[in-house]
Amino acid sequence: MMPIIICVFSIAALLPFVVSYFRSIVASSRNVALSPRLQEVTGITSEKVKADDFARLLQLVQLCPEQKDDQTDIRAVGAYYSVLAVLGRLAHTIAPNLAAWFERERESCSYFAAVALDRRISHSRDLFSQQLADRL
Amino acid sequence: MLGPMDYTVWTAGFLLEVVVVVSAFARSQVRRYLSLTLYMMCCGLVQCAHFYFLRKYGLSSKQYTYVYYYTESLLTISLFSVVIQLYQHVFEEMRVGKHIRTAAAVLVGATAFFSYAVIRQNQDHLTSRFVVELGQNLYFVGVVLTYLLWGAIMKLRETRTRLIQLVLALGIYFSATAGTYALRNLFPHLEVSVLHVIFPILGVWLPAAWSYTFLRVSDEARLMPAQLSVKL
Repeated sequence: MMPIIICVFSIAALLPFVVSYFRSIVASSRNVALSPRLQEVTGITSEKVKADDFARLLQLVQLCPEQKDDQTDIRAVGAYYSVLAVLGRLAHTIAPNLAAWFERERESCSYFAAVALDRRISHSRDLFSQQLADRL
Repeated sequence: MLGPMDYTVWTAGFLLEVVVVVSAFARSQVRRYLSLTLYMMCCGLVQCAHFYFLRKYGLSSKQYTYVYYYTESLLTISLFSVVIQLYQHVFEEMRVGKHIRTAAAVLVGATAFFSYAVIRQNQDHLTSRFVVELGQNLYFVGVVLTYLLWGAIMKLRETRTRLIQLVLALGIYFSATAGTYALRNLFPHLEVSVLHVIFPILGVWLPAAWSYTFLRVSDEARLMPAQLSVKL
């Protein structure tokens, strides 16, 4: 009896811990507004970051030079996004309410990727201007 | 017999434990998180001891098994000192540190007694069963304590990102390990196929998450705990 109680309670506790942990990483980007430069490049605005934009944003992130070792955060959020995508697909037929929640979580991951891309674009521009200044 | 994958996970765990200790020193966080740093140091030493006994006596030897389970139990108990310190950080303005320490000591003692009482009926394998039973129950107490701490963080609107991430990483570790122990008790045949892979991965999780927190999250970083609550 005791192992059953422990198993159920542990799994029930694990899920909010995992979600909150990854949210604490994603939360760093939540209050950051996207720059007009990013809107020019991707056509994405602060109000219109879709869950499915994540893969495209991540590809663009990889094209820019790394900035302040943000790769660890991006990988962690990428792993979280992948898990959410799988669970979202499973939940789609069984529990639509749950699927909507997964969709919202994936949207916040996409927003995180958009902010990371914005930072990298800005960093690349700074590097470019610095190189130009050095040549002159 | 251990394969290359086992050794890779083992080495990664050891290196990450070193990273936690070094980064705690480098960021001058040792005094603030003394229990956590000491715990990670002990983990590194225990890993070395495990490796020594494994090489000398072999994986299926009695010596290695006893060293493994007893050091794991001692490490789990020492992890409670980390939990207590995290409680003290969260409640530091209320000055209730003494009460927290007393309550935690009573709880750990009660768990040990409860585990002993449960396996007392199985006198044949008393020692080995006691260690497994104690491990499962200690991790479960860890889950409960960390869950209560998480509740306190939400209630008191704690905003320190580093502290929040350390607690959440610990919560994931405790609940995943307690769940795995319970599954092992419920379905012993899963041990060979699945569960023996999960334990080493869980061993890597805690140093990986804590080293991330020390390296990437500054002491001044703040967040709103309301953003982290799970509402479906």
